[in-house]
This record gives sequence, C-alpha cells and structure tokens, in this order.
Amino acid sequence: MSRITLVRAAALAFGFGFLYLPLALLVAYSFNASRLVAVWGGWSLHWYGELARDAKFRDAALTSVEIAVIAATLALALGTGAGLAMARVARFPGRAVFGFLLLAPLVVPEVILGLSLLLLFVASQAWFGWPASRGVATVTIAHATFAACFVAVLVRAQLAGFDRSLEEAALDLGATPGRVLWQVTLPGIRAALVSGWLLAFTLSFDDLVVASFVSGPSATTLPMAVYSSVRLGVTPEVNALATAFISGVAILVGLAFALIARQERQRRQAWA
Amino acid sequence: MTGLERWRRWALVGPPFLWLLLFFLLPLGIVAAISLSQATDTIPPYAPLVVHGPSGFETAATLGNYRLVVEGDFHPYFNSLIYAAAATALCLLIGYPLALAIARAPKSWRNLLLFLVVLPFWTSLLIRVYAWIAILQPTGLINRVLQGLGLTHAPLMLIYNDFAVVLGLVYGYLPFMVLPLYGSLSSMDEALVEAAADLGGSPARVFRAVVLPLSLPGVAAGALLVFIPAIGEFVIPDLLGGPSTLMLGTLLWQEFFAEVDWPAASAVAMVLVALVTAPVLLAQRLSERPV
Repeated sequence: MSRITLVRAAALAFGFGFLYLPLALLVAYSFNASRLVAVWGGWSLHWYGELARDAKFRDAALTSVEIAVIAATLALALGTGAGLAMARVARFPGRAVFGFLLLAPLVVPEVILGLSLLLLFVASQAWFGWPASRGVATVTIAHATFAACFVAVLVRAQLAGFDRSLEEAALDLGATPGRVLWQVTLPGIRAALVSGWLLAFTLSFDDLVVASFVSGPSATTLPMAVYSSVRLGVTPEVNALATAFISGVAILVGLAFALIARQERQRRQAWA
Repeated sequence: MTGLERWRRWALVGPPFLWLLLFFLLPLGIVAAISLSQATDTIPPYAPLVVHGPSGFETAATLGNYRLVVEGDFHPYFNSLIYAAAATALCLLIGYPLALAIARAPKSWRNLLLFLVVLPFWTSLLIRVYAWIAILQPTGLINRVLQGLGLTHAPLMLIYNDFAVVLGLVYGYLPFMVLPLYGSLSSMDEALVEAAADLGGSPARVFRAVVLPLSLPGVAAGALLVFIPAIGEFVIPDLLGGPSTLMLGTLLWQEFFAEVDWPAASAVAMVLVALVTAPVLLAQRLSERPV
C-alpha cells in the first residue's frame, strides 16, 4: 500500500505546488533589483539594505517580539494550569463553564475578540482609570488570553497519553504533590510545553486583527506596520521582510519538530 | 478532601478561570450590552444604557442597531456564508487527494510531508495573502504572463472580486482541512481496504464503499475547522476583495474604524457569534449521536 503511484504523485505535486509556489515567488522577488514587483530586473540585495535601514519596521519588530515573549510566557503558565486542571481534576465547581471558556476563544472570530477586549479596556478606564493608555500591556493581555486556550489544548492532549502510574508511583514513594508536578508531570509533557510556547509566540507575533483593536498610538506591532504598507501597494521591501520572516519561522519550527521527533525516538528506544 | 488539597486544586484552576472570566466572558457581555445602546458623538461613542431621569433610573436600551443590521444591506451575511461554504468545498476537493497521498506515502516520508503542510500555517496569514496580491493584481505575474504570450490584450481582473476572496480563503485554511483528514485516513485499518480489493472491488468501488465512509469523521472535522474561521475572516476579504465582497469581519471593522459606530459594530459581532455557534452546536449534537 505504501508507495508513490502516478496519481498520488500528482496529488502531492498539485497540493504542495499550490501551498508553496506563491511563497517561492514572494521570496524570489525579494531579490529583484527592479522596483516593480512583477518585472525582473536582475538579482540584488538592495531591498534587504533598505529594510535594515527602515526604522519603522525595526521598531515594530522589537515591539512585536517584546509582546510575543511576555504573552507566550503568560499563556504557557495559564494554559498549563488550565490543561492540568481539565485532565487531572475530575470535579470542581464550574468545570463545565471552565471547559466552555477554554474552547470558545478558539472558534470566536478575531474581530470579536479584538472588539470585545477594546470595549472592556475602555469601560475599565472610565470606571477605574486603568489602563491609562492602550499599548504594549493591553495587546499582551489580549494575546495571552487566546494563546492560553491553544496551550491548554496541547497540554490536555499530551496528558491524555501520559502514563499516570508514574505520578502514582512517585506519590507512593512519598513525594509531595508539588514535587510530583515539578519532577514527574511537567518533564513528562515537555514536548507540549515547548510546542505550546512556540505556538503562543507565533500566534501573538502574527496577529494583526486583535492588536489593531486593542493597541494605541504608542505601540505599533510588526503586522500592523506591514498591513499599513501593504494597503499602499506591493513593495519589494515588504517582500524582503516577508522572506526574512518565512526563513525565521522555517528554522524555528524545523528545529522544534526535529527536537520533538528525536525525543519520541528516544522514548520508543527506552521502552523497547 | 483535606483543606490543603482543595487549596492546591484552586491554585491550578483559579488563575486561568478568573483570567478567562475577566478577559473573555465579561468583554463579550459588554459587547452584548453596547449592541443595545445608542450611538453618540461623545467619547466613548455610545450612550449609557441606564440613565438617571426625573422619574428615577430608566433604561435607554434599543434594538435599533439590530434593525439596522437586518434592514441594511444583506449581502455581507450572504457573502460570509457563501464564501465560507465555497472555500470549505474547494479545500475538501484539494485537501482530500493530498491527505490520502500523504497517508499512503512510505512511512519515512509522512512526517516530513505533514510538516510541509503545517509550515505555511506558522507563517503569518498577512504575508501569505500578500503573496497572492503580487500574483493576481492587474500588473501581476499572471497578467504579465498571459499578455506576454499574447493570449490576452488587456489585463484580466483577477483581484478585488469574489474569485480572489475564495482563493485566499482556500489558500489560508487548506492545512486545517488536510490535518484531520490525514488523521482519519492514516488510522484506518488497512486490512479492510485490502480485503475489499481482494474480494474483487475495483479501486473506485473500494474508495466509495470503504475508504470514504470511514474517513467521514475527518471530513466533518476538517469542514468545521475551515468553515468557522472563514465566516469571520477579516484580512483575506480586506486585501483581496472589493466593495462588493464585504464579509461580516470586514463589515464589523468598517463600522468600528471608519464609521466609529460602536453599537452597530457590536450588533454585527452578536450576529457573527450566533452564526459561528450554530455549526459548533450542530457538530456537538452529531458527535454525541449514537452510531
């Protein structure tokens, strides 16, 4: 059964061609000397130089990294707690409501997440004077909220396949529940924690819609800067930025996948 | 249960629970409340729901924003549903052969192929949509190639219409269709497929009678994962569509940012919540139905 027939090769070629040709063109045109995007003017690194000198994109990228690091870390803490609670605590008051609150942000459109949080921040500013202005802090809170739900899904899924007798053995041997959590459970779901943090970071770093609602004039994220220059037209400088971004993502995600695959292999070897 | 255990349990559940109540449920409640309020020229641009009048507290709630939503132009609602449905169908058409080919590829290839399906999802949707602008626009690649070959004389209008929006939706959400399809196709018992072939079923018949029915849970999951985010999509219709391809996400954005009508934007948001919730509830009902 497991072989490549002509039909299957065609399906693979069509599917991956559709997914990757537009990105390949984007990357190719970032090395184009011509200012016109669809006219080839020879190879050049000109637009990467322009990009490096562009303070607008550099500041926006720094803002985005700052927000994404804090939001992903916050989302990891919240989402791991939530995932552990749903997988390991059979009964607590409000469990059904909690389960609903963890899944709902995954299906609610981004425009609604953004609008609703902005209305919350405006109302809370009127009543309590906080937040005094919108910017990095409000975007970070918004991103941590929906990213935490994605982390919870990953943590819950890995806990479902995690051998519970290891935790019970540690408890029987006299470890406190806190120690079991830190030395048995959390190391056991390391792959979910690593991929959860990376996913949360990417979700935050990529987000345009929610940040556009809850940010203020003091903070422009990278997607917001890209969006406003894309609205003005296609420029080779944005192609250079996109290429840098795609390479960064491919390297990071590739490393994460390789790491997780190696861990899987080691675990299988340890059992065999 | 001892007090210490109870304390520990709440240390785990408490922070995320409070966080989601405060930053997800409460904001949705505020949207619902403001959707009943009246738009004003003040800051913030909506009237308070409860006012202190001469005869004590009075409510100033109105359903006017919903009337505007209903009596206004219907096409953003139809567009959202039709584009999302078309994108779901096309994702299935492209995604099914792809998922099947990956599931039947040699074992050592499968993880790499799956990784390649997921990778575009990790790069920003904005960048992936931007890539299509350069291809579709009147001075873009397709038009230059067509004109260069002498096949067309004037540029074809390939962007800012419903074709471009549906194409963008398919491109953006294809990975969501392939993953659950691969899941159900790769966990299928191959002995069933081989038995059907051994008993003389033609490849087409085996597919129709065995493979397709067994993969239906994957089809349903993939369809939901494409349809739901597509309904409320903003970036794709905004960058690839035009005035006639308004979807609910773009309508909400316009009411909020261009019209500064927060109550109308909130009313659109409530309708959008209803549209997204319906398929989720339906899926839940179907998955709980005894087989």
